[in-house]
Amino acid sequence: MSSDIEQRTPVSDPIADPGLPAHQYRPQDVDPAQEKRTERQIAGMFGVATLLLIGFCVAYFTIGKDQLIVIPGTNWSALNFTLGITLAGALLLIGVGIIQWAKKLMGDHEMIEMRHPAASSVEDRTATMAAVNDGIEESGIGRRPLIRNSLLGALGAMGLPAIVMLRDMGPLPGDTLAHTVWEPGMRVVNDVSGQPLRPADIEVGQLVNGQPAIFYETDDEGHAVMHGHDVLNAKAKAAVILVRMRPEDITPAEGRENWGIDGILCYSKICTHVGCPISLWEQQTHHLLCPCHQSTFDLADNGKVVFGPAYRPLPQLPLAVDDEGYLIAVSDFPEIVGPSYSFLDRDQKRLDEENA
Amino acid sequence: MPASAYHHAFFQAGDGMSTYTPVEDTKTGKKLAGPVGWLDERLGLAALGKKNLRKVFPEHWSFMLGEIALWSFVVLLITGVFLTLWFDPSMAETVYTGSYRPLNGVEMSVAYASALDISFDVRGGLLLRQMHHWAAHLFIAAMMVHMLRVFFTGAYRKPREINWLIGLGLLTLGILAGFSGYSLPDDLLSGTGLRIADGMIKSIPLVGTHISFFLFGGEFPGDQIIPRLYMAHILLIPALLLGLIAAHMLLLVYHKHTQFPGAGRTNENVVGYPMLPVYAAKAGGFFFIVFGVIAFLSATFTVNGIWIYGPYNPAEVTAGSQPDWYMGFAEGALRIFPPLEFNIFGSTWPLSVLIPGLGALGILFTLLGAWPFVERWITGDDREHHLLDRPRNAPTRTALGVAGMTAFGLLWIGGGNDVIALRFGLDLNAITYFLRVMFFLGPIIAFIITRRICISLQRKDHEVLTHGFETGVIDRSPDGGYSERHAPLPVDAQYALTSAKPATVAIEAPELVDANGVDAPNGRKAKLRARLRRWYYAGAFDKPTVEEMQHAEEHLRDAGQHPVDLGEDFQGVSETGVPRVH
Repeated sequence: MSSDIEQRTPVSDPIADPGLPAHQYRPQDVDPAQEKRTERQIAGMFGVATLLLIGFCVAYFTIGKDQLIVIPGTNWSALNFTLGITLAGALLLIGVGIIQWAKKLMGDHEMIEMRHPAASSVEDRTATMAAVNDGIEESGIGRRPLIRNSLLGALGAMGLPAIVMLRDMGPLPGDTLAHTVWEPGMRVVNDVSGQPLRPADIEVGQLVNGQPAIFYETDDEGHAVMHGHDVLNAKAKAAVILVRMRPEDITPAEGRENWGIDGILCYSKICTHVGCPISLWEQQTHHLLCPCHQSTFDLADNGKVVFGPAYRPLPQLPLAVDDEGYLIAVSDFPEIVGPSYSFLDRDQKRLDEENA
Repeated sequence: MPASAYHHAFFQAGDGMSTYTPVEDTKTGKKLAGPVGWLDERLGLAALGKKNLRKVFPEHWSFMLGEIALWSFVVLLITGVFLTLWFDPSMAETVYTGSYRPLNGVEMSVAYASALDISFDVRGGLLLRQMHHWAAHLFIAAMMVHMLRVFFTGAYRKPREINWLIGLGLLTLGILAGFSGYSLPDDLLSGTGLRIADGMIKSIPLVGTHISFFLFGGEFPGDQIIPRLYMAHILLIPALLLGLIAAHMLLLVYHKHTQFPGAGRTNENVVGYPMLPVYAAKAGGFFFIVFGVIAFLSATFTVNGIWIYGPYNPAEVTAGSQPDWYMGFAEGALRIFPPLEFNIFGSTWPLSVLIPGLGALGILFTLLGAWPFVERWITGDDREHHLLDRPRNAPTRTALGVAGMTAFGLLWIGGGNDVIALRFGLDLNAITYFLRVMFFLGPIIAFIITRRICISLQRKDHEVLTHGFETGVIDRSPDGGYSERHAPLPVDAQYALTSAKPATVAIEAPELVDANGVDAPNGRKAKLRARLRRWYYAGAFDKPTVEEMQHAEEHLRDAGQHPVDLGEDFQGVSETGVPRVH
């Protein structure tokens, strides 16, 4: 085919336009009885629609909010179902009625309209060009570059306030993402009960969701130390998981030999991909899977990524035991938790210097 | 109808024929003369009305896809206004005390509590919420299918390229409206979606973290994002959508709608029913049907049951978390992309988030936006096109479209890889590895197969035109041989098939070397263009020539010489031997 492309020329239509097919009369056009029947049918639809809309109002006032329609295997809100069905029925009947009217009773002669090119006439275009040219000439925008350029500069500067104003939408990040609320000696508590944990509370193979104790601490008057959004913001970085494995299965990296207690290790719960909380624990393989994008981390091997889109290993929190035998953090996370961000590398380097 | 008829005639509906009486003497004319005069003297609308009230719109089921999108948007506006009466977009903490008992006494944001109140304590509130959400699904689905229709029929060609771009803008805004909307209730699922969005924003090189801190008013999740999204969802995005929809419709009216080829339909005319009354009634009636279907879905099918998920907690997530379906392809890209990240001068480039997360949308929309201009450059076709292509008659375009759909579909599968692994007992990792390969292979395979199918269908059309169609009537010759009789297609069908295929534009060979043997300035560009053009038209079949059709007619006329005449209306028999009537 490629050889003859250059020779392709427009081919005139091999079949002449036969024109529009003959008009077909509908039963309603020729049979007055049929026409009357159709008219009654359509009016009937509108009538039933009105009744359904009244039914909607009756249902609104008579059906209780918590009444249920119980069909085996499901239970529907009676109010939602009745309101929805009456409204849907009325709307569909109105719609079908109007379309039936259009199709069966309104004129059905197809009409032909000629198209015109989208472009204006040549004279119009010339006149427009002339007008633009006159405008340019009379304003002298071409001849007075000083005025033109200074105006463009001023208009460009108009954007500055708009952008500068956005500055106060939020604080600057600073190094907030590099730190969490964990600090040396803070207890690791159970995520649900808020109770501190002893090593004996966690069995081999078990995963426990943990939080820093500060979320549950109260001051002298019994008020929570942290509340509302401060807790949510802190949780988004500080949530942890505790897992207990057989100590012989764990292959700690250099310097991490003493980060666990009897095979109990503590990792950040926040995925290093885009920050979902990781929660799917495979006991046998020691793998932890993120339910959002399936990044998989090997907790026996320092949180190394073994599958999925995450790049950085899961940060580990060094553990110790306090005087009362409860699990505590030795320090904040030495590695930055949560999703990678634009200057993570800078923050991590500073963090390393602090910790060194 | 001649143009002057608009002034002097009134079309009497119902009697099936027009009667011409001076309009001033008709009943309507007498009643309307006053108000129309009053308005026209102030607004001068008569000139506009003359041109547009009886404007002709062609009919085809596929032209209703865009209409579904339009009407879903209207339903979104209506239900959305009602929802704003009760929804409180505040992230302040509160304790739930409403009538949904499982969450009684649970701490949550005011936004989530008010979404629960709408669902359980405002009568009809659940219906409104579900209608709003179903309408959103339908809005975006209808826009996408409408876009596919426009793509595969070549309706985006000159003079409609700008309207194609406006349509892409509408789709982008529709997806943003959907995302900002389903993030508002502040439940566990929508919060997880925001967390992922935050991760994507933070991955923007150099400035991502700052943008994230400004958007969220500090660290994620903060207490600002819901009110800010609410503003975007109910003011900024709908305002832009309304403006673009107005532009989309105005251009549609100005260009007049495209039509499929058929008897009496040419590139220079438009055949159909007038806006007033038939088209207005049909389109108006269709609004009620779309509205009714949305109401029916909302009465019978739960959508986004936020009470199941519970309030947002950054330390919790449920397995099987997924965004609404239209974000599925971006989610899939995020899932199957391999880990990739590098650091340079203290700045981190998380490519495995950046490329699939923000890149997937960017690449898709750039390709779609560029295509009409790329195709025009390849074909060199500067004519106006008002007759729609059948997809088979533009094999390369159709194949590219199917390749794109394949890539989209594979990413979409990726977005549900965990659910698929669970349902079908497959290995999750294997699905991911498979998709990593198939994302590149699948579209190529789809392209090759689709183009072959299109070309085969073109050959089939050619065959039917030049050799007639198989009637299903078997003739036995005196010497005992059997043959199937062929008959020519009805002339209407012949015309529809042949006028459907626009003749390709004449192409001159590129001048690679000028008279002095020096490389032409645009030689390389011209060479590329020629190569692309060969690729674009490879295997394409021109429509039969006038001679071929004459030959076919003679040939088939001879074959019709038989004792049993088939008759003019005969159009073949079905597999059970019953004559077909179209």
